Amino acid sequence: MTHDEPAGILADPGAILRAAGDALTKLDPRRMIRSPVMFTIEVGAALITGLAMARLAGQPGAEHPAFIAAVAVGLWATVLFANFAEAMAEGRGRAQADALRKTRSDTLAKRLTAPRREAATEAVSSTQLRAGDHVLIEAGDIVPGDGEVIDGVASVDESAITGESAPVIRESGGDRNTVTGGTRMLSDWLVIRITANPGESFLDRMISMVEGAKRQKTPNEIALDILLAGLTLVFLVVTATLLPFSMHAVASAGRGEPLGLAVLAALFVCLAPTTIGGLLPAIGIAGIDRMVRANVLATSGRAVEAAGDVDVLLLDKTGTITLGNRQAASFLPATGVTERELAEAAQLSSLADETPEGRSIVILAKERHGLRGRDVEALGATFIPFTAQTRTSGVDLDGRQIRKGARDTIQKAVVAAGGTMPAEVNRICDDVAKAGATPLVVIDGTRVLGVIELKDVVKGGIAERFKELRAMGIRTVMITGDNPLTAAAIAAEAGVDDFLAEATPEAKLAMIRRYQQEGHLVAMTGDGTNDAPALAQADVAVAMNSGTQAAKEAGNMVDLDSNPTKLLEIVAVGKQLLMTRGSLTTFSLANDVSKYFAIVPAAFGGIYPQLGALDIMRLHSPTTAVLAAVAFNALVIVGLVPMALKGVRYRPLPAAVLLRQNLLVWGLGGLLLPFPCIKLLDLLLAACGVP
Amino acid sequence: MMTGAWIEVAAILVATALAAIVIAPWLAAVFPMDDAPSGRPDGNRRLDRWLDAISGPVLRAAGVRRAEEMTAAEYGAAILLFHAAGFVFLLVLLRSQAVLPWNPDGLPAVPWLIAINTAASFVTNTNWQSYAGETTLSPWSQALGLTVQNFVSAASGLCVLAVLVRGLVRRDSPTVGSFWRDLARATLGFLLPLAILLGLLLASQGVVQSFATAIDVPLVDGDGVPAGEKATRRIVTGPVASQVAIKQLGTNGGGYFNANGAHPFENPTPLSNLLEIVAMLAIPVAGCLAFGRWVGDRRQGRALLAAMAVLFLPFLALIVHFETSPNPALPREVDQSASVDHEGGPLEGKEVRFGPAASALFAISTTATSCGAVNALHDSFSPLGGLVAMWMMQLGEVVFGGVGTGLAGLIAYTLVAVFVAGLMVGRSPEYLGKKIEAREMKMGMIVLLVPPIATLLGTASACVLPAEAAAAPNPGPHGFSELLYAFSSAGNNNGSAFGGLSATSPFWTLALAAAMLVSRLLTMLPLVAIGGSLAAKRTVAESPGTLPTHTPLFVLLVAGAVILVGALSFVPALALGPIAEALQPRPIAEGPS
Amino acid sequence: MPTEPLPPHRTRILPATILGQLRPACSMLVILTVITGVLYPLGMTLAARILFPRESSGSLLRAADGTVLGSLLIGQPFTEPGWFHGRPSATGASPFDPTASGGSNLGPTNPALAGTVAERVAAVQREEPSHAGAIPVDLVTASASGLDPHISPRAALLQVPRVAAARGLPMEEVRDLVAGRIEPPLLGILGRPRINVLTLNLALEALAPGGAGSPLPP
Repeated sequence: MTHDEPAGILADPGAILRAAGDALTKLDPRRMIRSPVMFTIEVGAALITGLAMARLAGQPGAEHPAFIAAVAVGLWATVLFANFAEAMAEGRGRAQADALRKTRSDTLAKRLTAPRREAATEAVSSTQLRAGDHVLIEAGDIVPGDGEVIDGVASVDESAITGESAPVIRESGGDRNTVTGGTRMLSDWLVIRITANPGESFLDRMISMVEGAKRQKTPNEIALDILLAGLTLVFLVVTATLLPFSMHAVASAGRGEPLGLAVLAALFVCLAPTTIGGLLPAIGIAGIDRMVRANVLATSGRAVEAAGDVDVLLLDKTGTITLGNRQAASFLPATGVTERELAEAAQLSSLADETPEGRSIVILAKERHGLRGRDVEALGATFIPFTAQTRTSGVDLDGRQIRKGARDTIQKAVVAAGGTMPAEVNRICDDVAKAGATPLVVIDGTRVLGVIELKDVVKGGIAERFKELRAMGIRTVMITGDNPLTAAAIAAEAGVDDFLAEATPEAKLAMIRRYQQEGHLVAMTGDGTNDAPALAQADVAVAMNSGTQAAKEAGNMVDLDSNPTKLLEIVAVGKQLLMTRGSLTTFSLANDVSKYFAIVPAAFGGIYPQLGALDIMRLHSPTTAVLAAVAFNALVIVGLVPMALKGVRYRPLPAAVLLRQNLLVWGLGGLLLPFPCIKLLDLLLAACGVP
Repeated sequence: MMTGAWIEVAAILVATALAAIVIAPWLAAVFPMDDAPSGRPDGNRRLDRWLDAISGPVLRAAGVRRAEEMTAAEYGAAILLFHAAGFVFLLVLLRSQAVLPWNPDGLPAVPWLIAINTAASFVTNTNWQSYAGETTLSPWSQALGLTVQNFVSAASGLCVLAVLVRGLVRRDSPTVGSFWRDLARATLGFLLPLAILLGLLLASQGVVQSFATAIDVPLVDGDGVPAGEKATRRIVTGPVASQVAIKQLGTNGGGYFNANGAHPFENPTPLSNLLEIVAMLAIPVAGCLAFGRWVGDRRQGRALLAAMAVLFLPFLALIVHFETSPNPALPREVDQSASVDHEGGPLEGKEVRFGPAASALFAISTTATSCGAVNALHDSFSPLGGLVAMWMMQLGEVVFGGVGTGLAGLIAYTLVAVFVAGLMVGRSPEYLGKKIEAREMKMGMIVLLVPPIATLLGTASACVLPAEAAAAPNPGPHGFSELLYAFSSAGNNNGSAFGGLSATSPFWTLALAAAMLVSRLLTMLPLVAIGGSLAAKRTVAESPGTLPTHTPLFVLLVAGAVILVGALSFVPALALGPIAEALQPRPIAEGPS
Repeated sequence: MPTEPLPPHRTRILPATILGQLRPACSMLVILTVITGVLYPLGMTLAARILFPRESSGSLLRAADGTVLGSLLIGQPFTEPGWFHGRPSATGASPFDPTASGGSNLGPTNPALAGTVAERVAAVQREEPSHAGAIPVDLVTASASGLDPHISPRAALLQVPRVAAARGLPMEEVRDLVAGRIEPPLLGILGRPRINVLTLNLALEALAPGGAGSPLPP
């Protein structure tokens, strides 16, 4: 995945050129009508252009043709800059889409004639696969399309999609039964049933999303559009009525000229909320784009927006609140075995075990019993790694067969080898489990040595993160299959607001419904098929990419990294999207005040010279005043494009604080900034010899 | 002396606050928010039973089932029909005045245009007077036509507020209350008792209340009467106190006499002046406090009141300043300074018993609320004083505004402000737990934008018709101010006027009537629609991530939104009127000839 | 076939929705008209007549024989030198006409206002030759109602020399009469100090009857 910063594309001349070209094609009125604000400006621009041409062709009129032409240029510039902003945002999306397309390279697939490994295969292009086809994938193959595993267990490298290099296990049944097109098989084999037709796969949806091909306005966008259209209408009336008003004023003052169309059009473009109107589509596209950058695929812009509203997060304990892997906490030997003996056996079995659990066992043995790690090969030992089939790992050394694994697996192995599992060890396992930890049984041949207690470790910094969320008004709820006692202990340590212990899918669903009934918006992550009902009920439902097809279909977002902590980033992106819209709306409206100070004295000075007192910027001339205001209005759109693409700065703060800060920056800033800018442009125009 | 004037202004405001605090719980009880009458927590059950006892017989007589809840569509239809019925009834009454009883002066039927204008004016709670009360309308017409509409148009405004608040309070509710029940309770259980109390207080001050009598009185200085002029004056009385009481309370403003609240029989003493100002402001202020009770969070009501106060008090200070500062255009020999035995100030069009400060307070109170009664002539106010009065209307009558409708309008502003502010904090906007979505935004924008658009288009149409623009008698920018003021008043249902304008031509009567009807109905009905769509929503829970709507910052935000829309809509027009007039070079006063 | 119930704001506004409210609209209007348009004014009139008989009937000033001299609240025009003069009045054809209450409605910067005021200033200066200073503003500006019965104490005091001379009264006595008739602000707060010109003149007439063709009975 590309993670280039927005600044990168802004500095790319090629992208800018392409966007500039797109800005021109977007002038098509049929496309412009989507944005009522900019459409009215385009109509005004066409009108004033016509007027300028008529005047240049010799039609009589009061306003100077060059002035009319200059205003027309200003109007067109405003429209073009807005289109440019949208094109830039789309351009970024297109770059993303291209990167995604590369992973969707055409591969040869082994289509099976029947859903069995032994069935005959035929080589077909992956683009010819249809939903329902069965495909055999073997080590080294590229998965030809999205599918569901119906047979086999294998490890898959999904880094092409997720960026995560560690291989993942995929097997039939259970919650790890989906594969994504474009990923690579590392070991073993799988028979999969293709679940998506070409063009409908996950990647395809993602590509069309970032390209904005199926962009629909979100509810907030529609409401904001109504606000902006209303303001545009009232400003249209304000400027249109100024013509009769000025005619009346000319008659009663006995001097001056009624306002010309060019001045009225200039005033209108300055008052209409063009800044936000022009940047609105870009902000929306950029929001989805930021989501994609976070490796999250949202099914709609609406889902991204809803993410900003969420105020209850249901978080799975494992992987989100605690480290995904448990760590060894103690050695609990069986009768007749010393703790040191158990620790040594455990360490030996884990020396070559690179999993976090394995490493933690080595470290614990060293800490507790001073057992230094040894080189397995130097010992002449054979390491037996964990496989999906055996579900145990261990070491063969000097005829000893040391194994460690889950209780049931080990028990089977012991029984199969003719031994028995001591009742005492079973009791120890039960105690460990009751305390919320995981027991790992260690055996040497058929002799059961004891139990390693693996405990959950709360992630560093997670408590602080929850504190921030609380300040933002977001409740965190930990979901765990643990018993209430364990859950309570971890919940307290992590600082979540609430927890759901011994969570069943039904309990999850009920909890979501209860929160929604109380008026909360709930977000959750899930990966299993049994999560699907809860995912469907939640307002924002993030399915793990590693999860089942059912889970992915029930959710309205998919996290490609399958990282449960991602929910926090998703909320931030959603909020940032809304904040950017609100802030730029405020900025756009606050801007208008200064434009009155520039244009009103300039427009009415001929009728009532005393209105010159309102010209607090002391602008050069009525002509430069009007043109400076129009130029500022157009340029500010370009100036704010990076802001629209990047989004305003977001920090997790209470609403009252955020409002104060954003009002200060965008409200007050919007009020004051135009004054020096218009003055500067006025000086520039005067210096260029504009009369 | 100036300090005395400021103390008087402050005293009247304190009296207003006290009156509002007393009225608020009563007003809150008039409109129950829930469908179920029992189990209301605020201990007003006795008041509630009394209100039902008063309104029940009327509803039964009208064939309305008491508990019949209405959807927003039905409620809106009821409002619309009630306005239509009132309009037709009033029109018929005015046209047939000549043959109806209690017409001691034998006044003829009111001319068609005036009748249409007056019917529109009173049905819409505007009370623009295109007629001179004492010479056009019989006491029968005044009482049976105008006084009735003064009551019910005000009550309708309160009903709209009730619907909007029910929208905020109720959840998942398909209905918003019963218009007939609300109307009966508001009229008979709230406005009528208040009007009786105020009317008697005013009568004690000398506001006349009688079956119309006219006494011809010879002038004391009969010798000084120039030859050919009458040496007697006819003192006219009538049922004035009863009408003045409700015209002030209901922010109606239509006076019994042409001079309205400046007439000594409508407003005879400084105390009656205080009562009338308090009466204008008290119910709108109490509405804010009642709002806090309705939504179960007093801070919310105080915040809206604070937003109104933030918009009102600075401009009050300005208008008092402008109206107590000398008019530089008057000859130097005129003493306009204030001292112990001389009030001073620009007294043209003002009464000595009120003085310029209390006149300015009355002026801003009557334009900030949508009352429109006057105790001084706004046309003769200083340019900037007139601007303040005009702008208070142009802000959409939401700074106190009409009873009910003013607060409802401010809530519409609040919804729009909440929308933008909500986005700014990264949440889909919500107000009091209700999400603001496209429909609320659409209706809210209609409420906000119809009045300024009606005002601007009306003024523009007068400007393109030179014969009609000539109705403004004053020259220069002030003439434009008169046109703008007229449509600002009609387009915001205020009713006060720059009185020099002679708005009796077909254009003026009909254009103003249209402005009044359009802006009344196109604000009330969308507000009802908002109430309906909010009531159907669920309530979103509050959290620290919720934008707080009771903080000083939020108050400033709402006030800022009102000012921004008001300023952006009207600054160019105001520049051509009062601002150009205020900045114009001082005319050289013509010396005594 | 069961249909999804529409959300309330989506319910179609059927003619029945509207027409169903027509009957209550008319009957409520009639009933409320009877209560607020007939019973309320009638009841108020009766109550006011009982509680405030004088005030509610126009605060009429009567001579000893009961003839009505005017209303305490309604100003009258005074022009002869033997009377205190009130404010200019802009009511209709004749000044202080209670059937045509109203003011000039002249704008603050209207040259006509400045011109009219300048004429009034000249008239006052002509009538009060002994007065050298500035003219109180209330004497040269028209009131809003055109019926303003009051002037400021200073405006009354300014006229004392002329009235005293015309009535042949000592200046001190007239000045004391004026000073004694100043109405102070209510509770020291409400209203401005003022003098009712009509009652001042009636008191003046009582002090020195017949000064200028009084209509009062002897």
